[in-house]
Amino acid sequence: MNRAQRGVGGSRGLGTMEVKSKFGAEFRRFSLERSKPGKFEEFYGLLQHVHKIPNVEVLVGYTDIHGDLLPINNDDNYHKAVSTANPLLRIFIQRKEDADYSAFGTDTMTRKKNVLSNVLRPDNHRKKPHVVISMPQDFRPVSSIIDVDILPETHRRVRLYKYGTDKPLGFYIRDGSSVRVTPHGLEKVPGIFISRLVPGGLAQSTGLLAVNDEVLEVNGIEVSGKSLDQVTDMMIANSRNLIITVRPANQRNNIVRNSRTSGSSGQSTDNSLQSYTPHIVQNYHPEEEESDDEDIIIEDSGEPQQIPKAVPTCESLESLTQIELLHESTQNGFIPSSEVNLFHSAGSINMEYEIHDADQKSLEEDGTIITL
Amino acid sequence: MMKFRFRRGGHDPQRDRIKQELFAFNKTVEHGFPNQPSSLAYDPKLRIMAVGTKSGAVKIYGAPGVEFTGLHRETATVTQMHFLPGQGRLLSLLDDNTLHLWEIYHKDGCSHLEEIHSFALPGRPGFDSANSPPSIARVTVILLKSACDVACLGTEGGGVYFLELSGLTLLEDKALFQDEILQSVPDDYRCGKALGPVESLQEHPQDPSKILIGYSRGLVVVWDEIARKVDHLFLGNQLESLTWERSGKTVVSSHSDGGYMVWSLNSSSQKTLQPLLSTIPYGPFPCKAINKILWRTCESGSHFIIFSGGMPRASYGDRHCVSVLQGQTLVTLDFTSRVIDFFTVHNTEAAEGEFDNPRALVVLVEEELVVIDLQTPGWPTVPAPYLAPLHSSAITCSYHISNVPLKLWERIISAGEQQNPQLSSVNWPIDGGKNLAQEPTQRGFLLTGHEDGTVRFWDASGVSLKPLYKLGTANIFQTDCEHNDSLNQAEEEWPPFRKVGCFDPYSDDPRLGIQKIALCKYTARMVVAGTAGQVLVMELSDEKSEHAISVATLDLLQDREGFTWKGHDRLAPKNGTIAFTPGFQPSILVQCLPPAAVTAVTLHSEWNLVAFGTSHGFGLFDYYRRNPVLARCTLHPNDSLAMEGPLSRVKSLKKSLRQSFRRIRKSRVSGKKRVPTSSPSSKVQEANAQLAEQAGPPEVEMTPVQRRIEPRSADDSLSGVVRCLYFADTFLRDATHHGPTMWAGTNSGSVFAYALEVPSQEKFSERAVEAVLGKEIQLMHRAPVVSIAVLDGRGNPLPEPYEVSRDLAKAPDMQGSHSVLISSEEQFKVFTLPKVSAKTKFKLTAHEGCRVRKVALVSFASAACEDYAEHGLVCLTNLGDIHIFSVPGLRPQVHYDCIRKEDISGIASCVFTKHGQGFYLISPSEFERFSLSARNITEPLCYLELTRRHDGTCLG
Repeated sequence: MNRAQRGVGGSRGLGTMEVKSKFGAEFRRFSLERSKPGKFEEFYGLLQHVHKIPNVEVLVGYTDIHGDLLPINNDDNYHKAVSTANPLLRIFIQRKEDADYSAFGTDTMTRKKNVLSNVLRPDNHRKKPHVVISMPQDFRPVSSIIDVDILPETHRRVRLYKYGTDKPLGFYIRDGSSVRVTPHGLEKVPGIFISRLVPGGLAQSTGLLAVNDEVLEVNGIEVSGKSLDQVTDMMIANSRNLIITVRPANQRNNIVRNSRTSGSSGQSTDNSLQSYTPHIVQNYHPEEEESDDEDIIIEDSGEPQQIPKAVPTCESLESLTQIELLHESTQNGFIPSSEVNLFHSAGSINMEYEIHDADQKSLEEDGTIITL
Repeated sequence: MMKFRFRRGGHDPQRDRIKQELFAFNKTVEHGFPNQPSSLAYDPKLRIMAVGTKSGAVKIYGAPGVEFTGLHRETATVTQMHFLPGQGRLLSLLDDNTLHLWEIYHKDGCSHLEEIHSFALPGRPGFDSANSPPSIARVTVILLKSACDVACLGTEGGGVYFLELSGLTLLEDKALFQDEILQSVPDDYRCGKALGPVESLQEHPQDPSKILIGYSRGLVVVWDEIARKVDHLFLGNQLESLTWERSGKTVVSSHSDGGYMVWSLNSSSQKTLQPLLSTIPYGPFPCKAINKILWRTCESGSHFIIFSGGMPRASYGDRHCVSVLQGQTLVTLDFTSRVIDFFTVHNTEAAEGEFDNPRALVVLVEEELVVIDLQTPGWPTVPAPYLAPLHSSAITCSYHISNVPLKLWERIISAGEQQNPQLSSVNWPIDGGKNLAQEPTQRGFLLTGHEDGTVRFWDASGVSLKPLYKLGTANIFQTDCEHNDSLNQAEEEWPPFRKVGCFDPYSDDPRLGIQKIALCKYTARMVVAGTAGQVLVMELSDEKSEHAISVATLDLLQDREGFTWKGHDRLAPKNGTIAFTPGFQPSILVQCLPPAAVTAVTLHSEWNLVAFGTSHGFGLFDYYRRNPVLARCTLHPNDSLAMEGPLSRVKSLKKSLRQSFRRIRKSRVSGKKRVPTSSPSSKVQEANAQLAEQAGPPEVEMTPVQRRIEPRSADDSLSGVVRCLYFADTFLRDATHHGPTMWAGTNSGSVFAYALEVPSQEKFSERAVEAVLGKEIQLMHRAPVVSIAVLDGRGNPLPEPYEVSRDLAKAPDMQGSHSVLISSEEQFKVFTLPKVSAKTKFKLTAHEGCRVRKVALVSFASAACEDYAEHGLVCLTNLGDIHIFSVPGLRPQVHYDCIRKEDISGIASCVFTKHGQGFYLISPSEFERFSLSARNITEPLCYLELTRRHDGTCLG
């Protein structure tokens, strides 16, 4: 079979291209239409097929003309790989779980004597762990700077997105005083400041907040006149979609706009915030706000068939672990001590009912789980 | 946009007008006993009494409902008060040596109290001698002349000054100094010593020109003001107080050695007198001083001598006593707190005869007011209609019931009357003034739970908070010491002690403390739950009874593994039959296991169900069939703290304290090391440097207050605490059939809803109640659920059980779709039923940064329109302000500042009534009453008939 493919590969000018693919110690050779390479998914499937690894998550890489090992993970770099392959497209496949990301990059092939040694013995040369670059579809925003167009340039409005409870928001606030321009001249007024960032926390990882930044607003509500405890509670209550407006302590990293290149000082523009407040309102989208607190409802109308089947968010998964469902309506909830075991086998019962669920058509509309 | 809909300021003028007619915030009256009283005064003409406090408050009381409150601008102790009899004026002396004149004035037909003048005795440099102490002009005693025009001020320096009362101006020329007195004193007494401060000033009862002046070192003179000379002279021991006998023929003096002397003025020829009698009543061993003494003549028997103190120093020096002696009868009234002052209610007018005939003795002690009936043999106590010591044992919870049916009211009053047969039946002697407030339109109970396991019922319908009935739960349990034994033993001894008053802050067992109360006013059934997980189901009985209590235990852990309870043990119930007096008698004791404090309780008397929750879970109990219906554990698997009980938390606190001390020490040590020791030449510098090092705050304190911003996670400690329980007849399973439901909310934002199968009335004994979990709601913000309420089709809260069947409430709308209002510490949310989906919400914390502490659904009646009323959600936050929201729209209506945010116990103690009033503790012994309703206000409205004519002119 290989030979047959080679035969086709012989007529190179016709637009076929030879592919040499390596997974572990095994090689596969096949050919592709150079003019119609298809989509990355198809190519990925083809690789899994020829290596007979249909359910293994893998990383795909190729060596370009400079000898660098580069990843193929979307249509664009796949097409690039196909178009630059001359004459042979060398593919290296690694299992995703033991992928060595340091193998990728410029000069990887020339720097290391043999890229194979990296691929074959991944733990050989690993000195410092590389940052994992996820697939584009895995990306999700963790923070953003918003409303740049309506805020004074000395201020920064940062939105922190929080998913689940896996990572802490991670910062501390304190009382302090700041200088403001008032009709009576400069005045010291009490303010709220960021006092500390938790290493590894969300706030630190964004790089948008720093120690000694003054907090001006929390989700559109000015903090002036509010106590430290009040501001703390406001932030925690909004923690799922926290939008804080700060005046950064370090004003040098501000976005410089053409219209206002003569950077006015932080103090002098303070008052201008007032005039912007009406705009702020427009920047909150109700549906975004709604999304931040979806309560989980689990209904159990006493008919044991109705059991949560799907769990939409990670939070609900977590809460499900606490839920013990009564599955025998006559059981009445009060369990004599001799029969307590029923409560503890909730997990296995779940499984059992899922089978029932399959032929229970009304399940969806009964809404065993509703997120609001 | 939704979140900005609560913009302040009105858009709709009509709605604003309605709001004004519905809502108004007023702090109306303070119930209970003033915190830290410091002085007492009585006006025999107006028959009103004044109590001054250490915080500068003045409270005047007359007949029940007649009350005035004033507050000095200075927060200084009110050390003395004196009424200008009949005038409605009061002179007060503060700790800072200032005098203040208060006046009751009339406005709009009602009397009010206000301060009109104040005066400070000028310090007089160089008056006595250059190096005299500054306290020389400090006022020690005040005497108001019976003509009410002049006050005599005795001072620390020994001088007596005269003050014109109408404008508080000093009459400089009349001042009387020690040297003038000393001229009359025999030489052997003088011997170069000062007389000491003026200790007592008393006007001659018959001859206003003569005053009795007592000096601290023992000299007592009768001074003739007109002749400016000493009439009589008595030489005694270190003086404490003086009193005249009514006729002016006898003087009694009390002394610091615990004795008193009786002097006769008959032998007017002689200037220096010897005492007729000198005795130390509790001698012969050294005694404490007699602080105050009164002599009252009596037509029907021999005279009364009433004095405070004088107890034998070694054996009873720590007792707080007032002794009442009439002939051979001596009673030593033994109080549980310090005696502040006392007076007698007696005849003062000449027209009333030549005897005092004291009717009552009024004693103000630090924690209560006790009135003794002196006309009834045995001198019983008169029950006080106000000034009740709410804190006789610390208040642990409170509960208010509005619209109490007359029948229950009467049964509880009669139960209360039977509790105290030894009380005097005479009328309250301090009965001046007229209560103008209209009869309360409805009766209200305030129930307070106490640390010693008692529940007290108070009449909260009007201005004066009257005690009605006291229910004890301690007698059901085996506690370490029995209550009455220690009292009975003391009776044989001498002095003849008699325990009076009810202030007893020492609880035998903290586990007895009452945590939650629920009462059904129609069936007179009550549930009382305590600190050791005890839940008592009680029934009101008019007969006394002797029966055994059935005990049921309910394991709320449901065999969760890995948890061990390290807290207190459960209370062991007494075996066998127990005797109960008429009143609430327990029928069943349900014991939660582990025995953690009960955090929520609710009762449905129609379904015979009681639900209760602790930090571990909740249970449902059928008290008719006496069997448990449901037990549910709410513990989160990660939550270990809840299991360890309160003890281990203390340990961890100790540990963290120790750690922080170590840190401080460490930083100090390292700081000292840096002190340069190389230059011994400048030791002063070194010492300064060291001082500066030490004076500077240690590193730990340098870090300013900071707060961590962390979203609430599921494994917060104590997440399983059950915060609220609720019964409702509503639609849980489908939209066509409604039925009994039970709801429970926890600290971690979980709500559990159970559908109940309750058999019909006839079948209670045959069929058991069943509970099936219907719904479980996890609030995503995980804040503690403070309250749950179901709203009917019209958006009104469901009525209480039996309310509809007894025609006291409109039937709920069962046609329209119901909704459930869930209040967490951070948000209010309305969900539709039976399919639970969010309808409206208000995120209080997200906007205001405050947390919800207390909520209640309240009916607000309009002040303008007789039959217009609205339901509102009233919420008290951790900042002490009160917000009112519309129901079910959850639109903010008004908000008021109510309690200082530092006053945590005040915020924690707040209760709301059903009709827009509320109570909170302003001190351990006082409830402040406030109203949010513009119509339903309970405030003192009273009138005092005064005898003064115009300002400046006094009655002669």
